[in-house]
Amino acid sequence: MDLRPSDEQQLLVDSFAALYAKESPPERVRAAEPLGFDPRLWDELVGLGALAMAVGEEHGGWGATALDLALVAQQHGRALGAAPLIETQVAARLLGRTGAAGAEALAAALEGDRLVTVALRPPRADLAELVPAGAVATDVIVLHRDRLVVVPTSDDRTVPENVGSMPLADVPLPGPALAGGVVLAEGPAAAALLDGALDDWLLLTAAALTGIADRAVEIGVDYAAERQAFGQKIGGFQAVGHRLADCATRAAGADLLAREAAWAVGEEPHRSAELAAMAFAFAAAAARDATDWSLHFHGGYGFMLEYDIQLYYRRARAWANVVMSPTAAVRLVADRHYGPVGAR
Amino acid sequence: MDFRLGAASESIRGEMRTFLEEHMDRRLEEQVYRTGVSHDAEFTRALVEGGWMAPGWPVELGGQGLDPIEMLTVSEELGLADAPTYGIGTTIMVATVIRAVGTEEQKAAIIPRALAGDIVIVLGFSEPEAGSDVAAATTRAVRDGDEWVIDGQKMFTTNAQIGDYVFLLTRTNPDVPKHKGLTMFLVPMDQPGVEVQAVYTLSGERTNISYYNDVRVSDAWRIGGVDEGWTTMTVALTAEHGAGFASSIARLLAATESWARESTDEAGTPRIEDPDVREALGRTLIDLEVSRLLQRRVAWMAESGQPLNTEGPMSKLFSSEAIKERAQEMVELVGPDALRSYFDPTAPSHGVIEHLLRYSVGTTIYAGTSEIHRNMIAQRGLGLPRTR
Repeated sequence: MDLRPSDEQQLLVDSFAALYAKESPPERVRAAEPLGFDPRLWDELVGLGALAMAVGEEHGGWGATALDLALVAQQHGRALGAAPLIETQVAARLLGRTGAAGAEALAAALEGDRLVTVALRPPRADLAELVPAGAVATDVIVLHRDRLVVVPTSDDRTVPENVGSMPLADVPLPGPALAGGVVLAEGPAAAALLDGALDDWLLLTAAALTGIADRAVEIGVDYAAERQAFGQKIGGFQAVGHRLADCATRAAGADLLAREAAWAVGEEPHRSAELAAMAFAFAAAAARDATDWSLHFHGGYGFMLEYDIQLYYRRARAWANVVMSPTAAVRLVADRHYGPVGAR
Repeated sequence: MDFRLGAASESIRGEMRTFLEEHMDRRLEEQVYRTGVSHDAEFTRALVEGGWMAPGWPVELGGQGLDPIEMLTVSEELGLADAPTYGIGTTIMVATVIRAVGTEEQKAAIIPRALAGDIVIVLGFSEPEAGSDVAAATTRAVRDGDEWVIDGQKMFTTNAQIGDYVFLLTRTNPDVPKHKGLTMFLVPMDQPGVEVQAVYTLSGERTNISYYNDVRVSDAWRIGGVDEGWTTMTVALTAEHGAGFASSIARLLAATESWARESTDEAGTPRIEDPDVREALGRTLIDLEVSRLLQRRVAWMAESGQPLNTEGPMSKLFSSEAIKERAQEMVELVGPDALRSYFDPTAPSHGVIEHLLRYSVGTTIYAGTSEIHRNMIAQRGLGLPRTR
């Protein structure tokens, strides 16, 4: 048993932490709102290899492990990075699994010529709704009538403002739009590829949410250790300190679980899908509670847009619900553990 | 990173399972429950013979030299089987304290007998007016030549009715701040002035109030320095705060799974296909995994020689609150049949869910309440001011 990242992993974490410190301070996160896309941060991330690391050397990447990606995603969450890191990594890994069919799109994504995202929910009535990074993507991978297709996004997508300032889009998928697309897979193979992408997304989003939870606890603790009321620092009231202790405990559990789930991808693959769903559900709850209590302990200031905690509060909810609710993830845990209903 | 416990631990897990299959059965489980006594002479003898009494101790002292991760595997398996080890746990805990701070005479007198399973040592910390605030103990010890005279009362002296010694926290100096006037003694129970009165609890466990009236104990039975009892207590409490209840959550999960597979709803559909049941099982699976991870982190840090801060309290706090919450949820999920009691022949899953409901209530209270653990996490872990 060894719960420490390797020296190499620590270097990776340090280099991304330094990038986020420079390119994603709260001012920049705010400046990128409401769209939630900071092109300079995105360029820097791609420059440091954020996308290349997600795919294997045979595709021109570095072949980083899922655990490496999760450790980076934790930093992304801590900094609320306004760039589609996870969506594009998940899409790139998906393209890599399609072999020749996705090779061209993957090469273009790695070159930075195209920004490819993935619609993890099947479209309804030829509309892919709330596609993560859909507002800034040049292409979206979508499961359309049994076929997994990568299609160019068109100007008729709509970009809804949303609670998390995420670059989401509702992307229409009429016949002509699909005509310009490339079929990646069909039938059960297509569904399986999308399931694999969902597992990647649950895992990396779980990691990002642990970063949110951690940072929210820090912000709450810093405030409670400074703010005076009734003649003492408010962190000295049990009503405050005990809640923060609970939040810190859950954040620690979420961190361990996300890392275990990521480690399992390479080391215990038979458990990894179940663990990814677990990690997502637990990290979502940890981030939800940590941001809620931390904001609450700021009193009226927490409700003001000027304080950073609201940035975390909004994203904790948006990232945790944009594809699948935490409750749905809990049911997914049961499906993965016991097998789906009717499969017996 | 590596989340596996390791080949050595897994092989120990296998050995432990074989041992428990041989020596633990439902009859013994029921005996423990009906008597409320988590100690059994025959089971203890088997542990001693198998080398499982204090496997974390060095081989030359009668242990197996297991590291903290291997030790955790042992306790995970004992917990899963609900083996009667409470008396052994307190005995070995005190032996560990004596090994750390005791005199050579004390070590010679206690350690071999403790490891041979010949004696039971019980804990005398809490008092009627000192529970979480255990340093407020008022049981007096007054020096009289080479002896001390002890007067007072202790609460929750579990196993006192079968105990050979009580590890007693006493006040030797009332005129200094409360932590600085405490002294610890190992008091033989079989002597005039020691009285034990049974107390029955919600989980079925029998505990006691113990009374000490002019009890005389030789200075040779003082453990640690005079007025240095808090230092001695810290050695003991550090061991307690590493606790976790993952094994209880695993028992709850197994009991609910077997209920969900064996029973059907009005339409004849197995309950395990009910979305609400699946959600509750999913939450339990998650809490079990997190409880295990938090507890294993403590063992890993101890094994790799890293200083522990609040990792132990986090493990105890999370897993005790989780078992309490999940047990309540399972009772509501199972419905009226969940009311059928532990070992009642009509109860689903032998009534384990009903028992865990009652058992879980104590977990957030003993060995430091959740509030005490939150204080430790807030102050030592997060650096917040002392909370009140």
